[in-house]
Amino acid sequence: MNPQLKWKIIFIAGVILLCLYGLVGLPEFPTSLAAVKNNFAQRIKLGLDLRGGTHMVLQVQVQEAVGLYCDQTIDRFTQQVHEKNIGVGEIRRVDDTHILARNVTPEQAAAFRDLARDQFGADWDLSPAAGETSGYLLTMKPSVVARIKETTIAQSLETIRRRIDQLGLTEPTVVPTGRADNEILVQLPGEGDPTRAKAVIQAGGQLELRRVADDRTYSSEAEAMAAHGGVLPPGTELVRGRSDSATGNQAGAEAWYVLDRLPVVTGQDLRSASQSPNTEQPGRYQVNFSLSTSAAQRFGPFTEANIGRRMAIVLDHRVQSAPVIQSRIEDSGRIEGNFSQEEAQDLALVLRSGALPASIKYLEERTVGPSLGADSIRDGVRASVISLVAVMIFLVIYYRLSGVNAVVALLLNLVILLAALAYFGAVLTLPGIAGVILTIGMGVDSNVLVFERIREELRAGKANSSAIDQGFDRAFLTIIDTHVTTVVSAIFLFLFGTGPVRGFAVTLVIGLIANVFTSIYVSRAIFDWHLARMPRQAALSI
Amino acid sequence: MEFFHHVDLDWMGKAKYFVSLSLALLVIGGISLYRHGGLRYGVDFKGGTYVYVRFAGKPPVDAIRKGLAAEGLGNSVIQPISDISNPNANDVVIQLEQKGEGSEALDSGKQTVINALHKTFGSAALQDFNAATPTALADYLTQKDPLALGPTGGPRYTQLAQAIADFRDQRRSGLLTNFDDLLGVPGVNSAVLASLHDGFALSNFTIRNVEIVGPKVGAQLRRQAILATLYALAGMLVYIAFRFEWVYGAAAVVAVFHDVLITLGFFSLFHFEISLTVIAALLTLVGYSMNDTIVIFDRVRENLRLMRRDSLETIVNRSINQTLSRTILTSGLTFITVLVLFLMGGQVLRSFSFAMVVGVVVGTYSSFGIAAPIVVVWHRFRGEKAVAGTGSAAEKRLAAAGRR
Repeated sequence: MNPQLKWKIIFIAGVILLCLYGLVGLPEFPTSLAAVKNNFAQRIKLGLDLRGGTHMVLQVQVQEAVGLYCDQTIDRFTQQVHEKNIGVGEIRRVDDTHILARNVTPEQAAAFRDLARDQFGADWDLSPAAGETSGYLLTMKPSVVARIKETTIAQSLETIRRRIDQLGLTEPTVVPTGRADNEILVQLPGEGDPTRAKAVIQAGGQLELRRVADDRTYSSEAEAMAAHGGVLPPGTELVRGRSDSATGNQAGAEAWYVLDRLPVVTGQDLRSASQSPNTEQPGRYQVNFSLSTSAAQRFGPFTEANIGRRMAIVLDHRVQSAPVIQSRIEDSGRIEGNFSQEEAQDLALVLRSGALPASIKYLEERTVGPSLGADSIRDGVRASVISLVAVMIFLVIYYRLSGVNAVVALLLNLVILLAALAYFGAVLTLPGIAGVILTIGMGVDSNVLVFERIREELRAGKANSSAIDQGFDRAFLTIIDTHVTTVVSAIFLFLFGTGPVRGFAVTLVIGLIANVFTSIYVSRAIFDWHLARMPRQAALSI
Repeated sequence: MEFFHHVDLDWMGKAKYFVSLSLALLVIGGISLYRHGGLRYGVDFKGGTYVYVRFAGKPPVDAIRKGLAAEGLGNSVIQPISDISNPNANDVVIQLEQKGEGSEALDSGKQTVINALHKTFGSAALQDFNAATPTALADYLTQKDPLALGPTGGPRYTQLAQAIADFRDQRRSGLLTNFDDLLGVPGVNSAVLASLHDGFALSNFTIRNVEIVGPKVGAQLRRQAILATLYALAGMLVYIAFRFEWVYGAAAVVAVFHDVLITLGFFSLFHFEISLTVIAALLTLVGYSMNDTIVIFDRVRENLRLMRRDSLETIVNRSINQTLSRTILTSGLTFITVLVLFLMGGQVLRSFSFAMVVGVVVGTYSSFGIAAPIVVVWHRFRGEKAVAGTGSAAEKRLAAAGRR
């Protein structure tokens, strides 16, 4: 046997061993069929449609963050205009990115413009307002809008990741979808009921501790306004209570509070949060939290100065409870609310991971139950095996001994395909299994092209080795052409598709690339090896 | 063994029959599309909520409808799904329209459907065993402790619960009809069975999977699907125009376009839904049909160099005859594989495999029935008898020299 052929065979054997190792962990020598199956099942990552689980697409409402920045700017602007004693009729929001200041006192117009430019010029453009005699329009710069959107998305992604990590699910995925920049893909394998995960993801998580300005609870907004003569004291606002809060309200009853606007402590000051049984209400739970040192330095004096007053615990803009401050508290607190263990657990989880900068909307949700997943695997594998056997039988009948050559190439093709999936950690989906089946059908094409050409050359009277040479030579370009076109469409499928469809594109591409190797390199090696052992004049079995 | 030796059919002469067949199929497909008001989009492109439910016996559609109506979902579509590969399955898909852009939760429809089903077919007092997650089973068993394992029994029960759930999902398709079946699971004894009996009821249905897609997403995906297909076609056109003459590329693209249209027509005729995986199938069959056409064109290019004196028509005929063996074989084998997939691949891949089955057949015949004739007719139209058909200028010069 010529040395070149020997090296070829060694190389191919090496490839086979590498693949088998990747698939079933050969050197560890699995001792039984069950161990082989087990190893194999572990190496190949299954997609959600085969494993069961939930796939969700979330949309971060970035406009809210933009609007929030606008509101904050209005607040600051109003404050500064008062400090500088510039007379302005009103400063109000036109939309998410525009602020209108009307009726600026004409003599102070220059001071107004200077103030606007100094304090807000970095992020806002000032221009006279159309249709107003002495009004100005502040427009948020597009670069600022883009920046806010980017940070909001990044922060949301981080927060959601943290929350899901704490849920203790197996191998969750939280990544941008790549389809639109404010969409996030969440995959929870094995999770048949995503209700709890969804609630945890969507929870705002904004915690604020604020002083109750007048120590009273009102049963309606009107009553609260009436008690203050129609105008709230400066620096306060009306906040509604949760109807199930632990202040003893029955469900459905409203509760309103007049709170200080500025919080003493927010969720960002938390050092930790955890749930524990509620000592006063057996069977119910509460959430305990502790504050960072810097926050404690603010909180201690605050509580000391306000003993006897009430402090509101505000969660996502609703008053959760408003207990009386009984003594100085340094750095801890608790949130009561008639929570079940799971509710307390989830709230602690949400507080620990931080608040979401903008709310989340669900765009897509697909849940595959485990029974469907198991059925899909069974059907997919069964169809693959049957098509493989059918093709193999046909090849041997039609091409005789060369058919065996094609069968070997085909089997090696599949082994390489599966090993590549295992090595790259690519996910096998149900369309992916279809891709495997297609690789069987389309991959055989390469061998057929070569063999038909060999037959033609033999019929034209060429000798065996020359016919084989010509066969592979002529067919080579055609094989490349056909594979390139299919790979091109698979690439577009990969770019445009999601999950299962991507799995299909990946399996098809890997299968076809492996096919070039097996149908040209390996098949040729087998032919050469066979020729070397065969007597010169004998007919080639094809 | 060999099918086709020395075939000498006049393909180009018969071209008019192929084209008429194509036109007929296109017209039939077009009429069907018109009658049904366009393509049937699946949830991926239409948006909405699809709940797939499997029942233990024949699905009681009327009872389902009444149950849903009681929850305000009276106008949902309930469709039994028949599955060729599993004719005894009793599946139903409940389709809810997507209610606008409301602020209500995306999954409110799904929750309502599940509640309605539980109210109609489940037990009010006990939990439904068929809907219980392994965690719920483990929690229950740990609490009741039927094996008297004491406070450390938690992990054992978690394992047992997983084994029970796996048995139900993998061996009984998620629908257990008799608790006694569980005796086959290692670790389950009569004490465990008794405690399960106490805490769980066996309903006659299980939710197989749920798909909820918002309406905006659906429209976006539709647009992307069309774009992806067009880009893929453009990419291939460029590649082929580069490897052959541009008219070959155009002919191949026309043939592939024709394939996609006929396949879509068949989808309409047979009431299959277009989903994301169907788009995957369409793009694959685009690639497959191109392959087929390229094989013929490759041979034409080779024969143009060898058979200088013959007319293009003769050369093309010869090329098709020479590659006929390969064409029948490959299409035959690919057809067998996708047919097996269609018959045995399960419900989920049904639309996908149908597209492939139709696509393989149409894609094969479009190569010699549509693409090749276009090339011949074009050259005839340009008044040339034989043309150097490669993209390389040197070869063109060589061919021109040879002709003189």
